[in-house]
Amino acid sequence: MGHVPLSWYLVLSAILFALGVAGFVYRKSVITVFMSIELMLNSVNLSFVAFSYQLQRIDGQIYSFFVMVVAAAEAAVGLAIILTIFKNRGTLQIDEVDSMKL
Amino acid sequence: MIDTVLFIICAIVAVVCGFNLVLQKHPISSALSLIGVMSSLAVLYLLLGAEFIAMTQMIVYGGAVMVLFVFVIMLLNAGSEKASSKSWFAQIAGVPLLLAFVGILAFLIRGVLPPLGTVAFGSWVGGTAEHVGQLLFTTYLLPFEIISVLILIAILGAVVLARKEID
Amino acid sequence: MNLWLIPLFPLLGFLLNGLFGRRFPKPLVNLIGIGSVLLSFAYVLFVLSRIWPIDNGYAEHGFTWLQSGFLQVGFDLYVDRLTAVMLLVVTGVGSIIHIYSIGYMAHEGGYYRFFSYLNLFMFFMLVLVLAANLLAVFVGWEGVGLCSYLLVGFYFREGWASNAANKAFIVNRVGDFGFLLGILSSVVVFRTLDFGKMAVAVQGMPVEAGFGTLAVITALLFLGATGKSAQIPLYVWLPDAMAGPTPVSALIHAATMVTAGVYMIARLSFLYNHAPATMEMVATVGVLTAFYAATIGMAQTDIKKVFAYSTVSQLGYMFLGVGIGAYSTGIFHLMTHSFFKALLFLGAGSVIHGLGGEQDLRHMGGLRRAMPITCAALACASFSISGFPGFAGFFSKDAILSAAYTHSPWMFWLGAFTAGMTAFYVFRAFFLAFFGTYRGHQHPHESPLVMTVPLMILAVLSVFGGFINVPGFLSHEYPLAEHENKLAMAISASFGIIGILIAYLMYVARPSLAESAKNTLGGIYTLVYNKYYVDEIYQNTVVKPLEGISRFVLWRGVDETLIDAGIVGGLSRTVRAWGSLFRRIQSGSIRNYATWVLAGSLLVIFVLSLVGGAR
Repeated sequence: MGHVPLSWYLVLSAILFALGVAGFVYRKSVITVFMSIELMLNSVNLSFVAFSYQLQRIDGQIYSFFVMVVAAAEAAVGLAIILTIFKNRGTLQIDEVDSMKL
Repeated sequence: MIDTVLFIICAIVAVVCGFNLVLQKHPISSALSLIGVMSSLAVLYLLLGAEFIAMTQMIVYGGAVMVLFVFVIMLLNAGSEKASSKSWFAQIAGVPLLLAFVGILAFLIRGVLPPLGTVAFGSWVGGTAEHVGQLLFTTYLLPFEIISVLILIAILGAVVLARKEID
Repeated sequence: MNLWLIPLFPLLGFLLNGLFGRRFPKPLVNLIGIGSVLLSFAYVLFVLSRIWPIDNGYAEHGFTWLQSGFLQVGFDLYVDRLTAVMLLVVTGVGSIIHIYSIGYMAHEGGYYRFFSYLNLFMFFMLVLVLAANLLAVFVGWEGVGLCSYLLVGFYFREGWASNAANKAFIVNRVGDFGFLLGILSSVVVFRTLDFGKMAVAVQGMPVEAGFGTLAVITALLFLGATGKSAQIPLYVWLPDAMAGPTPVSALIHAATMVTAGVYMIARLSFLYNHAPATMEMVATVGVLTAFYAATIGMAQTDIKKVFAYSTVSQLGYMFLGVGIGAYSTGIFHLMTHSFFKALLFLGAGSVIHGLGGEQDLRHMGGLRRAMPITCAALACASFSISGFPGFAGFFSKDAILSAAYTHSPWMFWLGAFTAGMTAFYVFRAFFLAFFGTYRGHQHPHESPLVMTVPLMILAVLSVFGGFINVPGFLSHEYPLAEHENKLAMAISASFGIIGILIAYLMYVARPSLAESAKNTLGGIYTLVYNKYYVDEIYQNTVVKPLEGISRFVLWRGVDETLIDAGIVGGLSRTVRAWGSLFRRIQSGSIRNYATWVLAGSLLVIFVLSLVGGAR
């Protein structure tokens, strides 16, 4: 058996991204939606690192590093927002939080 | 040989955990699935020769972010989800669009991209902390500083948002 | 020698009186108003003396007004012998009428306005007469129409006056439509509008046997002339235009504006000579109008209406003259007509002024004792218009009829019979007004000197004006056809004298004869008295359908339904519909938003992959 083709990594990244989108679209709890976002960011990280390997340059990993930092910051603030929503609305279902509409 | 097996195992674990995240009813089960995904991704990073990133992944994501998630789930006592009929468009159009999405991407990756190589563990050793640090503090110094400020802002934001609860 | 000064003086008078006249004292208004016209008249004499004996025309090129492709039109002025005659008539008779107006309008409101409008009219008329190309003529043409509207509607607060003014302007417009088409066709055919160049170009064209291009152009221009000069079918505005003050009727509707059509045909004689078909039409329309209007004039009871129909009739004579090719006779009659018709109107104005506004002949009578000068002057005018041998009208009318006698006998006989009718109705009016007993309730008095002196001047001209040998003077440009026909002279003169005698019989000797004649004629009398109901016919066949179309089709149909509700309303409705459709996307549900984002990004990826990536 030969080595693993790089395209498999990319396909895996795509599948994980799609799963993240599915979670975002289909789940009703705010926290789960947030976790789906984290899954999407991770899949993109995988793609960056894969290409970094392909091109034999480390820039991809740098980008991946930045993505991670931003994701962490975003998780902190986002969870704080979720806490506020829970305090104001009393619910964690996304469909209940829909007052910004026409 | 073994890296192929390792890749397949980790890939399967990642995908299964991902499905689990989507399909589980209770948020805590989804959180645990997410931890599983991140761990397998860390292994994959190692296979790709990105040592520093793999470590950062485990420390930041697995050690900080997911712990935060679990804390919040505990704090809010988030229960199982209830059914809702408000977003019927998402319910109906979601799966077809996603399948199309994956299909296109797969087609593009396999067909359109120029031929990519294979991954052999150990064929590239340029992913150490030293290498990352060298580039990070020279070429990407400005984004690094900005990221630092961003983290500061995030801390402030989180403190302000969550502060009132303490009163 | 600046020809443009001739129309400039009245224009300045108009501006000064129009803008500042309200604050001027009356003498100053008079000075400006009449002084400008007198200055113009003096300058005309000066110019004519300089270019005497006017063998060739004198042209002056003004600024270039229009330059577009091959068409170049400038504001050019031109004087030849025809222009000289017209200039003298316009400025001379115009000055006399201006002086008369001082007395007539003395007690009217809007005094300065009247004189400023009169001056504006003089300006436009002089432009019309001096113009050297069709477009400048059209400027004057339209301008005099405008002034006619302003002056007929001088008492604009009265409904009958503003209606008359509207009628005058709108009916003129119909004629002007033809005139404009004629101008446009001239542009197409001759590629120029300058008279000189057109004359040169037309020399190379054959004389048309039937109805060719030149006939079409000349016929269209003649349509404009029927409007301006009140011939069939567009004469209907002239009798109603008597709603204006009497000096206006004298100046505009007798001496000058209505003669513009005749002048136009004479000026374009080089075109008309090549289109005998149109000329035949012109002569026919002229003689028929003369006869027709005379019949109506015989039954009218308002003194001004009698003279109005008389004007239409005499204009018919002028058109007869130019239509049979005897242009100089038409212009001759134009000149003598301006003398005696202006005199008739001014005299009527004097009578009306003396009676405090009474215009109905049935309420006049026996005025010759109270107003002797007016009576004498009107007598001169009446003899002149009847063609009594020796007076001015005799020579001019006779010249036309002589030419008609050799051209086509039926026109001659119709014209001669009309001459008899003319004599009849004019003297009917004269006898009804000045003989018999006074049937009214006013205190008739003679008019002041400022009004009677112009009457006297015009009376002298009406009597002796025939000795000015206009055809001879114009023979330079319009060759005399043949010598006068003594037989024709005798016949027409005798018709006139018979008319006078019948009028004397019916209105002085045996007044009851008029009543019994009216009763026996019964139905015919009513028909004629009501002007053959032509106004009513026009109202029902032309005006009402147009109004209906305008109201129901254009206003309700097109404007309200199609444009307001359909296009504008439809546009807003469509926008609103699309808006309410797209509003649904913003439902507040985050999951829907995410799905839309997914769909959008999918589309972008698809498109990008089709075009080869984001390169």
